[in-house]
Amino acid sequence: MTQAPIAKAHVRCELNGQPVEFLADQHMSLLEALREVLDMTGTKEGCNDGNCGACTVTMDGRIVDSCLVLAPEADGRRLETIEGVAPPGGLHPLQQAFLEEAALQCGICTPGFLVAAKALLEREPAADEHRIRHWLAGNLCRCTGYDKIVRAVLRAEAEQPKPRARRSGTA
Amino acid sequence: MTSKTEPKRKFRVVGTRPIRHDGWDKVLGRAAYGADVKLPGLVHGAVLRSPHAHARIVKIDTAKAEKAPGVLAVMTAADMPVAASQVLDLGEEVTNATYASDRVMARAKAVYNGHPVAAVAAVDLNTALEALTLIDVVYEVLTPVVTIEQAMAPGAPLVHDDLVGDDIGERVEHTNVAEHIRYEVGDPEAGFAEASTIVELECRLSRAHQGYIEPQTATAFWSQDGKLTVWTSTQASFGQRDALAGVLMRPVSSIKVVPMEIGGGFGGKIGIYLEPLAAVLSRKCGRPVKLVMERRAVFDATGPAPGGIVRVKMGVDDKGLITAATADIRYGAGAYPGAQINPASVCVFASYRIANARVDGYDIVINLSKTSAYRAPGAPQATFATETVVDEICRRIGMDPAEFRLLNASKEGDRRVDGPAFPRIGNVEVVEAIKGSAHYRSKLGPASSPAKKRGRGMASGFWQGIGGKSTVTISVNNDGVVSLIEGSVDIGGTRASIAMQAAEVLGIAAEDVHPSVVDTDSIGHTDLTAGSRTTYATGAAAIKAAEQVVEEMKNRAALAWETDAGNVRFEDGVFSNAVAKGQRLTFKELSGKLGATGGQISTTGVVNLRGSGGGSFAAHLVDVEVDTETGKVEILRYTAAQDAGKAVHPAYVEGQMEGGAVQGIGWALNEEYVVGDDGVMQNASFLDYRMPTTLDVPTIETIIVEVPNERHPFGVRGIGETGIVPPMPAISNALRDALGVRLTELPMKPGRIMAALKAQAAS
Amino acid sequence: MHPFRYVAASSIDEAVAVLREHGARARCLAGGTDILVQLRGGRYELDALVDVKGVPEASAMRLGRAGLDIGAAVPCYRIYEDAKVAAAYPGIVDAASLIGGIQIQSRASLGGNLCNAAPSADGIGPLLVHDATVVIAGPTGTRTVPVDGFCTAPGSTVLDDDELVVSVHVPRPPTRFGAAYERFIPRNEMDIAIVGVASSLVLDRSGKRIESARIALASVAPTPIVASKAAASLIGEPPSEEAFRAAGEIAAGEASPIDDMRGTIDQRRDLVRVLTRRTLALAAQRASAGAAR
Repeated sequence: MTQAPIAKAHVRCELNGQPVEFLADQHMSLLEALREVLDMTGTKEGCNDGNCGACTVTMDGRIVDSCLVLAPEADGRRLETIEGVAPPGGLHPLQQAFLEEAALQCGICTPGFLVAAKALLEREPAADEHRIRHWLAGNLCRCTGYDKIVRAVLRAEAEQPKPRARRSGTA
Repeated sequence: MTSKTEPKRKFRVVGTRPIRHDGWDKVLGRAAYGADVKLPGLVHGAVLRSPHAHARIVKIDTAKAEKAPGVLAVMTAADMPVAASQVLDLGEEVTNATYASDRVMARAKAVYNGHPVAAVAAVDLNTALEALTLIDVVYEVLTPVVTIEQAMAPGAPLVHDDLVGDDIGERVEHTNVAEHIRYEVGDPEAGFAEASTIVELECRLSRAHQGYIEPQTATAFWSQDGKLTVWTSTQASFGQRDALAGVLMRPVSSIKVVPMEIGGGFGGKIGIYLEPLAAVLSRKCGRPVKLVMERRAVFDATGPAPGGIVRVKMGVDDKGLITAATADIRYGAGAYPGAQINPASVCVFASYRIANARVDGYDIVINLSKTSAYRAPGAPQATFATETVVDEICRRIGMDPAEFRLLNASKEGDRRVDGPAFPRIGNVEVVEAIKGSAHYRSKLGPASSPAKKRGRGMASGFWQGIGGKSTVTISVNNDGVVSLIEGSVDIGGTRASIAMQAAEVLGIAAEDVHPSVVDTDSIGHTDLTAGSRTTYATGAAAIKAAEQVVEEMKNRAALAWETDAGNVRFEDGVFSNAVAKGQRLTFKELSGKLGATGGQISTTGVVNLRGSGGGSFAAHLVDVEVDTETGKVEILRYTAAQDAGKAVHPAYVEGQMEGGAVQGIGWALNEEYVVGDDGVMQNASFLDYRMPTTLDVPTIETIIVEVPNERHPFGVRGIGETGIVPPMPAISNALRDALGVRLTELPMKPGRIMAALKAQAAS
Repeated sequence: MHPFRYVAASSIDEAVAVLREHGARARCLAGGTDILVQLRGGRYELDALVDVKGVPEASAMRLGRAGLDIGAAVPCYRIYEDAKVAAAYPGIVDAASLIGGIQIQSRASLGGNLCNAAPSADGIGPLLVHDATVVIAGPTGTRTVPVDGFCTAPGSTVLDDDELVVSVHVPRPPTRFGAAYERFIPRNEMDIAIVGVASSLVLDRSGKRIESARIALASVAPTPIVASKAAASLIGEPPSEEAFRAAGEIAAGEASPIDDMRGTIDQRRDLVRVLTRRTLALAAQRASAGAAR
């Protein structure tokens, strides 16, 4: 602790469609920056080591564990968090399906699941059950046993405006 | 699906599936959990933990940390009062205040790896974490007691020099066995003499963690006026308040606990961990302090379910009737007594009618973190032994496992080994539900490759549930919507299940009840959210409050109609005048007239339900496929049947059954504490603790059985816990079916399965 | 965590300059999925972390005549989502698509997997059986070393403090080549290999004999290792269950596993036998399919 303090990183990015600018410690995780600097507490910390998916956000359209991204790495990137999933005043079909299928109990993993599932639906609007389970395997839920989450994703998929032919896509 | 057992009372709201009231906040990321607390002037803290499982603390030097820039307060046990010895009853957990204090911050000795020894508050989290490295602790490392054998060996090192054990009423000094209890009915030896088949198995069980995704957190502000406010994610806001009062030696009334949304608990968030540390740090620095536990510490230093050794012996006569059974249950409590041996003893034989039985339970302290409640605390480990023994008996005598269970099922009036007689229960009905299921009637089918084998297993389970104290306040708004205030933390949908019971009484929609969970200053005493009690007991309080609303509303209708209150009828949400046709008011319409008939109505329902919660039985059926070259197990199909009494919100009943089954699958196959001789857990991360992911489990098929609970107005039973009891033995039984070997040690991980297959091939 | 400086390098020279300045107290950041966890866990301290994702050579992936060049920071998903790469290098895709979950695959790279040098690394075995090489840059320019030998001990590599991995070169496989990677984990995702085995082989013109073979093992030695005796036993043999089983037996002897919290010595040797056989069978199937195309 004898060294000179390190200047904070100046980060400019797009967060949920809006330009955002903030300062963060250079060693700070994106997760901590979202929660502590930007007051976006919808993104949750479960393990802080990339093994539970509760902190899932999208960065340039790809889902990442925000605990394993440094805040300065977000500079110039496009981020989406749970706070950006719903259209203004409404719910995303996945959110509606999670409610109707009782796909949450304690709800702490729910933001991560929703962000991850939304990314899947946008890429593969007709993912089958196995693909959904595979895609969501990086998100732990300890309450539901997963089945109602999978049902909810399938329901949201089925209720999409233009359902395409069902296909099984594996990575 | 729901199995119909009898014609039932007609419900309008109960039994439907409305969207839960708190759902929107949770899917939008707006719900505020423990770590989401933001307060003016909030600072952050971090905890220094012992790297040794057993060590005398020789010296702690905090001087350098105190002087570090950004550090606002440093604390050790010296900053905490010496808590007076008194029993703290937190519901599913009972402890002594001295132990509770010692557990949260080591005083003379660290008795588990991860035991807090100091804590720091600083301007930000990283400054606090860095300050921890400046604290110098000198330890004298002692030999840790890690296993039950070590703890019980003559001359074993003592976890606590001053522990006085209770050996069935006898005082024992210098021991690690805190308690030995015994229950006995009939004459077990005579019963075994009548048996034509006797099976005995010794099972070994690893401790297993609840695995809630939200780590423990606590934020505290100790104001200059002496008032302490704690924001935390807890299952027991009143219990925490009482525990804090005991540990901090403060009056209960000076403490307010604000329960935040809770990110899972399963019994693991009943006790206090960070709360007193945040409180003391706040007192020292004059600012609100937030502590969030790291995941490693959650594994190392919170309370998982105990591991142990359980030996069960059971005899049956030539008709297959159980003649006698004995159980020897030894659980490793961790560093302080309280391994749930009593509920284990209650549950171990609960599924069966046994005239001659004896159960011995041992509560043993070892140098690991103190265990806590975990979903049906104590029952799964003991039941694992019973249900695997039952399966072996069925194989020996050639009896179908469902038939055996029906033949020997405990029923209403039968006495449990600990004495009480069962009220009306659904033990037979859940087994029949499994027997009647499509799964049971289906063929197992051939394995998917020559190296693989399939098997099917069944097991039963029981959890008694508790009742206890709950308070609910209902206020009627003039638009016909009611506010419902409760003290029960909502861990998985109980705002909905409680609001629905009130709505049922009031004849309004579930959506027209607005439930709020409030702090300990804002509602009457309410026991913890655990013990499968919330929907049952707080639901009963809601019914009581709602019934008072109806009575008062009748009076108001009588006033409006200028008739006697006795003439006012209330049916299907409509008040009517029995003596004046056409005088009808819906609940909503009458609500609008309250101002003119004496003002708004609010009522409070208080219950204190004694004894068990009526009990919920379950039977599970599982098909597995095992790769005999690697030992990997796939769960092919899984069906759970459970008695819900009356399912208030069936989707959340299914959710509890599904979640319990999947936790049980995890415990059965992979979850364990890998602890070295040094008492340090080696796999303290979600990476290596290996909880099931969505790819590891199939759909859990659920059958809700409804045998009304005579102790609840709507027949409701608490259903949260039983679901974790049958999975481990069901899977062991399925593996036995598939492979011909009996796995008696949990978890039944691939390496163990391969070792068992090799031993089988060698013999 | 000890505070460090984050430097987003835009060229190799810039990255090397920071590494030179800080010596052992600086390291490169690609996906960060290991290094950030290790820093947070207090395994070591750094004063600077050099993000190489902005270094063009480290973030490029090129499939050409000579083979496949994968920039050190190319995340797994870019490998398996590239149809041409997936078709030509199925063994590498096997590994890239099972490291972590989808979130991790958005970030984790094979270069990072190499530099992390875990005994259990999923990405290294497939590179070994492809005879891949590592392009290393330092103050005096670049050098190329085989993947075999790059890792020297758990967490250690041949890299000097002021060097970084720029990319991995995977030579273009010969015709009738097939490769596969399989690991054993108790769960189905999000786990560390108790054993991982990568195999490759080349069939002769007739498709009935094995011309050459490579086998690599993970989690059975301080680093991922090549099981050369097992591979040699296959030369000239038919691609049969019997030959693969025999190779698995030899590979089990070449492994030197330990007991740890994830598995035992016996279990690991058994798994080497099984996975060697299974990956060879899959590699042979892919080789035949490739030849048929």
